[in-house]
Amino acid sequence: MVNLANPTAFLDLAHRVLPWLAAATIALFVAGLWLAFAAPPDYQQGETVKIMYLHVPAAWMATFVYAVMTAAALGTLVWRHPLADAAQKAAAPLGAGFTFICLATGSLWGKPMWGTYWVWDARLTSVLVLFILYLGIIALWRAIDDPGRAAKAAAILTLVGAVDLPIIKFSVDWWNTLHQPASVFRLGGPTIAPELLAPLIVMSLAFTCLFLTLHLMAIRNEILRRRIARVTMLAAVEGDRLAPELAAGGAR
Amino acid sequence: MSDPHLGFIIAAYAVAAVTIGAMIGWVVLDSRRLNAELARATRALSGARGRKGAEHP
Repeated sequence: MVNLANPTAFLDLAHRVLPWLAAATIALFVAGLWLAFAAPPDYQQGETVKIMYLHVPAAWMATFVYAVMTAAALGTLVWRHPLADAAQKAAAPLGAGFTFICLATGSLWGKPMWGTYWVWDARLTSVLVLFILYLGIIALWRAIDDPGRAAKAAAILTLVGAVDLPIIKFSVDWWNTLHQPASVFRLGGPTIAPELLAPLIVMSLAFTCLFLTLHLMAIRNEILRRRIARVTMLAAVEGDRLAPELAAGGAR
Repeated sequence: MSDPHLGFIIAAYAVAAVTIGAMIGWVVLDSRRLNAELARATRALSGARGRKGAEHP
């Protein structure tokens, strides 16, 4: 079992896994896009259903990434895992990216289907809150200089914000929303035709692999950032130790 | 593919492509910058240790 708490072991694992993940991401995107454009039009939405092959996976990733960040926040505060805060920090911009895709593609689907780009309906609003939470967490990491304090503050904000996840999931059941209820993950099975479901599943796998690839790379970047800080500090300490000796040598 | 809403479909795919491209670019460029910075910091540390070694052979 690889000890993932050890940054060197993590870097070694990432080095071995990343090429495979990147290849799987490219292959799944090629297959997913081919299936999406070969799929028949929906009987109500027409070709506009093709936007769903981006919107739905992005929406799933938006909440999945936040769930990963919530687990990482627990890892920081409860288990004090040394890489948990790096995982949380690395995931936030990716989650924001997926949420932005979800909101933008949903808006571009809404205009031709609903007649409007935006409504303040419970599902749309709760996803917008998620996007703002991501931006808040990114801002918090940048605002606090001490990495330890920043990690704790970001973890607390992430845990508080996790209340938005069940609201997003059940908003379509709890309130009367313009947004349609769940049609894939529901009791009784999916209500989507298999020809439309297949590209959706493949695109979702592609988005998941993309996140895993970029997340591993971003965590690796965080480890590098810490190494740079440590090496720079060591160089400064060595320089400080040397400075009086050099000054004394110069005075001789 | 002829659809009255083709523009919306193209715009959605363009937005997704640009956003995913930005995410990939952010991670890859950050990685290159950090690797260069680590190499520079390591050289600085080796230089400091080398000078110290020369002072106290």
